[in-house]
Amino acid sequence: MSRSAARTLVLQVFSYLFLIGLAVAILYPLSITVISAFKPGNLIAFRLEWSDQWTLANFARLFAETPYLLWYRNTLVIALATMALQVTVVSLAGYAFSRFRFAGRSQALKFFLLAQMIPTTAAFAAFYVMALLVHGLDQYWFLTLAYVGGGIPMNTWLMKGYFDTVPVSLDEAALLDGASRLRTFWQIVLPLVRPMLAIQALWAFMTPFGEYMLARFLLRSPGALTIAVGLQSFVADPRTQKLALFAAGAILAALPIVVMFFFLQKGFVRGLTAGASRE
Amino acid sequence: MPGLGHAYLRVWPKAIGLGLATVVFVVQFTVWGAGALADLVTLGDVPMQHNSLFMLITGVLQLVICAVFAIVVVASVRDAVHTARRIRAGWLPERGWATTWRSLGHRGFPWLVVAPAYLLMVFAVVFPVVVTVFLAFTNYDFRHIPPARLLDWVGWENFGQIFLLTSYRSTFLQVFGWTVTWTAVATTLQIALGVFTAVVANQPFVRGKRGFGVVFLLPWAVPAFITIMSFSNMFNDSAGAINTQVLPLFNLLPGVEIGALPWKTDPLWTKVALLGIQGWLGFPYVFMLVTSILQSIPTDVLEAARIDGAGGWQRFRHITWPWILLVSAPVFITQYTGNFNNFSTIYLFNGGGPGSIGNGAGSTDILISWVYKITTGGSPQYSVAAAILLLISTVVVGVSILIFRRAQSLQMEA
Repeated sequence: MSRSAARTLVLQVFSYLFLIGLAVAILYPLSITVISAFKPGNLIAFRLEWSDQWTLANFARLFAETPYLLWYRNTLVIALATMALQVTVVSLAGYAFSRFRFAGRSQALKFFLLAQMIPTTAAFAAFYVMALLVHGLDQYWFLTLAYVGGGIPMNTWLMKGYFDTVPVSLDEAALLDGASRLRTFWQIVLPLVRPMLAIQALWAFMTPFGEYMLARFLLRSPGALTIAVGLQSFVADPRTQKLALFAAGAILAALPIVVMFFFLQKGFVRGLTAGASRE
Repeated sequence: MPGLGHAYLRVWPKAIGLGLATVVFVVQFTVWGAGALADLVTLGDVPMQHNSLFMLITGVLQLVICAVFAIVVVASVRDAVHTARRIRAGWLPERGWATTWRSLGHRGFPWLVVAPAYLLMVFAVVFPVVVTVFLAFTNYDFRHIPPARLLDWVGWENFGQIFLLTSYRSTFLQVFGWTVTWTAVATTLQIALGVFTAVVANQPFVRGKRGFGVVFLLPWAVPAFITIMSFSNMFNDSAGAINTQVLPLFNLLPGVEIGALPWKTDPLWTKVALLGIQGWLGFPYVFMLVTSILQSIPTDVLEAARIDGAGGWQRFRHITWPWILLVSAPVFITQYTGNFNNFSTIYLFNGGGPGSIGNGAGSTDILISWVYKITTGGSPQYSVAAAILLLISTVVVGVSILIFRRAQSLQMEA
């Protein structure tokens, strides 16, 4: 074997070793969680072990003994509301920033760029006082508005970047043909940015599934929690933890998002690079 | 006063519209606003009757209303001057109601469609930030909870406490130091891992690219709080899977001998675990971004470099890496700021622990999780938390401005 052929072989072996090792490192903790959800009895710790008895008892207990279904419904309601509102607001704003040169435009864009760095969800004392005043504690609409508002700066930028890739000549042609501004936006331009809309929808939908800090602070009564806050209460105290129930609840929470994620994945890559390459 | 200029120019629709806006503002201010501003100054003087918090909020609301009106004033003056110039140049302004209405629908369209975004930003970003700024200068803590007690303005006392009180200062400096280390190491790790994986997986000879791609995206697709809490269990010192299952597996290798490691009870090992978990959580996004960038690099450029005798590392260093950086530098910056404020990983893994370094902070707390603990703990210090939050925001925004200035992306947009 020649020297270069040997080097190629070594490179290939190490490349595969790395890729397979990384894949194992990803699949191991995830499969541990999945398997634990179907194990009988009280778990003390997650372990990857083949069990002889598979059971759905944990799911039954989850529904019967905990307010999990309520949490699921709460999270879904907030997620859908956040998604609908955020996608609408952000696509309208992104279109305006991309197409028009209006007074205050560049100042607003700079402001958005900096505002996305500020950890606004951490201003919970301020949100709490605001909620007290408008009776927003335990209310989904308050949390939804906080999520949407916090997501606007970054997502408006992404949306604007994607609109920039759609030729302006399309708008001009439609306007010449007598279409109104709103109709041009709705019928001509919006269908062309669908990949980015998909990303926006998914991200907005995922926000309440992942956000813990603000939800924990603003939702007080046990039945009003989101999944993230609720499931955390299962494992917060080692003495009273319900590990198997946590695993079961985690699977049900992750499943719809993972499915949507891979369904929309193709558009993702296009949307992200198109938005980023505008810089 | 808005409207007068337009009335003088006899542009009646605008004059009347602006005049009405002014009247509404003046009435609002005299009936409600002046009192709200006065309350903001005093924060009330009778406990139980006056709620200092509500007074603070309504005062801030009035400030926002005043700011909006000030913008209207400036804009109308500008528009009046502009109109006057054009009239002098011999151009006839729109004086009819119908034409004004139509031009509002046409030229006002961009303002109309960004208005919802602005409104929500005011609610969820501007308002909380301004309220936090004001809270940082009050004495709002567990000893002063309205309406039973009144709040007072205390000036820079909270900031003074953070920097002058020895115990507070040492906690602050320790937490700040770890926050900076955490941000730098964790983010660099996730970016490096993402780029490296993308380059390795994208080599022409690799089979099963799709399969690897799907697996590598899983950490991003599964909600992070789930994996962090699972990891938290797996890293348990005595019963966790890492100590009872993974390390024994490594010990099967010749010459390797690792005992159970104190992942949750030793600050150093907790930090190691946290960094590893964040690398695990954060690399898929970079991996996906870089993968798509790699596929856009023209192969003939790399081929030409290879023929000219450039080795693999040289090709990466001088062609691939600059190409990646060109597209994803802004994304990388947001990754750093994201980890600076990464509450979930720190708090959900080990509650910022183990142990305590005083003033409610644990040995692995970063600034934001410390703020959370100060606010939610047994004896909450809301105003100190607000002051720290202000410091965080100033640091993050300041550093970002510097970086963006250098990247010139702000100038390009302007």
